[in-house]
Amino acid sequence: MAEAQGAKPATMFEKIWRRHVVVDRPDGYTLLYVDRHLLHDGSYNAFRRLAANGMKIRHPERSFATPDHYMPTNTRDKSTIADPNHKRMVTGLAEHAAATGVTIFDIGDRRQGIVHVVGPEQGITLPGITLVCGDSHTSTHGALGCLAFGIGSSEVTHVLATQSLWQRKPKAMRVNIDGALGFGITGKDVILAIIARIGAAGGTGHVLEYAGSGIRQLSIEGRLTLCNMSIEGGGRAGMIAPDDKTYEYIAGRPYAPKDAAWDRALAFWRSLPSDDGATFDREVTLSGPDIAPMVTWGTSPEDAAPVTEAIPDPASAADASRRDGQARALAYMGLEPGTPIADIPVDRVFIGSCTNSRIEDLRMAAAVAKGRKAQIPSWIVPGSGIIKEQAEAEGLDKIFTEAGFEWREAGCSMCVGMNGEIGRPGERIASTSNRNFVGRQGKGVRTHLVSPAMAAAAAVTGRFTDVRRLIPA
Amino acid sequence: MSNEHKQELRPFDRLTGTAVAIDQPNVDTDQIIPARFLALPRAEQVPHLFNDVRYREDGSPREGFPLNAPTAAGAQILIAERNFGCGSSREHAVSVLVDNGFRVFIAPSFGDIFHNNSFQNGALPIRLPSERIREMLDHLAKRPDARITVDLEAQTVTGPDNWTQSFEIDSFRKQCLIDGTDDISLTLKYADAIAAHERRAAAETDWL
Repeated sequence: MAEAQGAKPATMFEKIWRRHVVVDRPDGYTLLYVDRHLLHDGSYNAFRRLAANGMKIRHPERSFATPDHYMPTNTRDKSTIADPNHKRMVTGLAEHAAATGVTIFDIGDRRQGIVHVVGPEQGITLPGITLVCGDSHTSTHGALGCLAFGIGSSEVTHVLATQSLWQRKPKAMRVNIDGALGFGITGKDVILAIIARIGAAGGTGHVLEYAGSGIRQLSIEGRLTLCNMSIEGGGRAGMIAPDDKTYEYIAGRPYAPKDAAWDRALAFWRSLPSDDGATFDREVTLSGPDIAPMVTWGTSPEDAAPVTEAIPDPASAADASRRDGQARALAYMGLEPGTPIADIPVDRVFIGSCTNSRIEDLRMAAAVAKGRKAQIPSWIVPGSGIIKEQAEAEGLDKIFTEAGFEWREAGCSMCVGMNGEIGRPGERIASTSNRNFVGRQGKGVRTHLVSPAMAAAAAVTGRFTDVRRLIPA
Repeated sequence: MSNEHKQELRPFDRLTGTAVAIDQPNVDTDQIIPARFLALPRAEQVPHLFNDVRYREDGSPREGFPLNAPTAAGAQILIAERNFGCGSSREHAVSVLVDNGFRVFIAPSFGDIFHNNSFQNGALPIRLPSERIREMLDHLAKRPDARITVDLEAQTVTGPDNWTQSFEIDSFRKQCLIDGTDDISLTLKYADAIAAHERRAAAETDWL
């Protein structure tokens, strides 16, 4: 099972890719095997198309479904979904899963949640596998050392029918975070700093491997946050070499190997990290100690700056295209160049999404909220029913509700607003989600991406505040 | 494998026509079709292409948005700045463009998933050097009725000043577009290879 002695040093991506090649065509296309496949309520159409064409699912036991996008987060009662189109997505997923034998963690099951939270939580996501899902944030799962990427709806149908996908092999890029991260710095700040550096298209056509001491230091939750936003830097996928933290996280999870199988799996997983001397097509290095709490100010995740800085002046942009883009972004965001970020008042806070709704995220937000009062409407939307239970067992829900935050049910909620949970035009939201696109959280809504700690700091102060001033060192 | 599959894609060949120029980088799929329209039946999504940037609050067309120009009617080509179609994997972003008559997208770069989704819908994404895109966008700003020819077989784009620029495309994707073959039909021919892979993997990673 170990790689051949004397073989050329290989990247982790290369090792995983190689093991999943079904066919290499002379024209450069590869039929790649998919080990595990995740479905959500937005995948309902792909399911339906398969059934409409009279096709069967090749391996129902390799697909796992959970509704997340369309279910409201103030109720667990599907019958209350007002929009019939939304209801059809949620109920249709369950019907197709039942008819085909695909495992579903449905509404009412404590294991239900955001698909990219549920996969790792259930041990479905494992090192060394290929995992796909009809959602761009599938890059999340690479935090456990696997190759995971988002696909379109036609490709979801393809995976259901054939358990494989046609792919052109991406290039490999390594992003090094050298040196320890400072106090109060999270995975979210690291990924926003990376995207600000490489740009929203910086990783296009590449699989990003994050490495260096600043990455090793991160918890699994922090790594999941980091890999989650690889797509916002243009990356096809993001990955981090598995280590003892990874194995400790996976051990005992329902779909993870056990006993003798665990030992065999572990031996294999330890062979996965990129070999010394492996070459990457591109390499970028950031200094860990230099990363500050980040806030986005524009309408692309690349428009990110430390909370200690001011809104940039488009006049000093590198070229005309960037200048126009920044000016357009600032007009939409209602911001003036030169305004200190810490002077910007916030109307609302959203803590949740596949980026930042895990237990550690909630603990960090609670540490800031404890004993303070939210000045603006602030929501906490846990990533899964299990996280919600755990947070309640730890008393975090009490901390939040006593501080005036709203404690809700698991789902995607205001990250994308498909379930109708959106902001008002012109509203400025500090959000722990992944996209500050025009209209993402509702028409005319102004989204600023931040970490859960920074979002909680905005909630209790009513503006962007350097969270390092609010928590004990 | 007992699966059967019918192909539905329209074969692609060569086309000449006007183009819509979206002179912006990082046009994300949320802009192409906002999330609140995704649960609608496909036919009802058609009018919502670029909904929030294209229309005012009262539903009237926003002047100056390229899709609202008279020359946009019947355009089959869309030209944009770098990283077009970034963001969400929603395939509706491609299908709503296709249902509005677009079959070719030209940009310096694309979001990877949008790029893949294009081929799944019989549309052709073409990457051209940014200098050439700049030239085309500037030209279209002055002459929005300029005609552009895209020839997939020859892998060329012929611009309004009669320059011809060749483009790269994977021969695999090119052939699928020309024949109108969809991926599933093709993959089903490799059923034996998939089964062989599964036997091999079952022995090596038996915990999956």
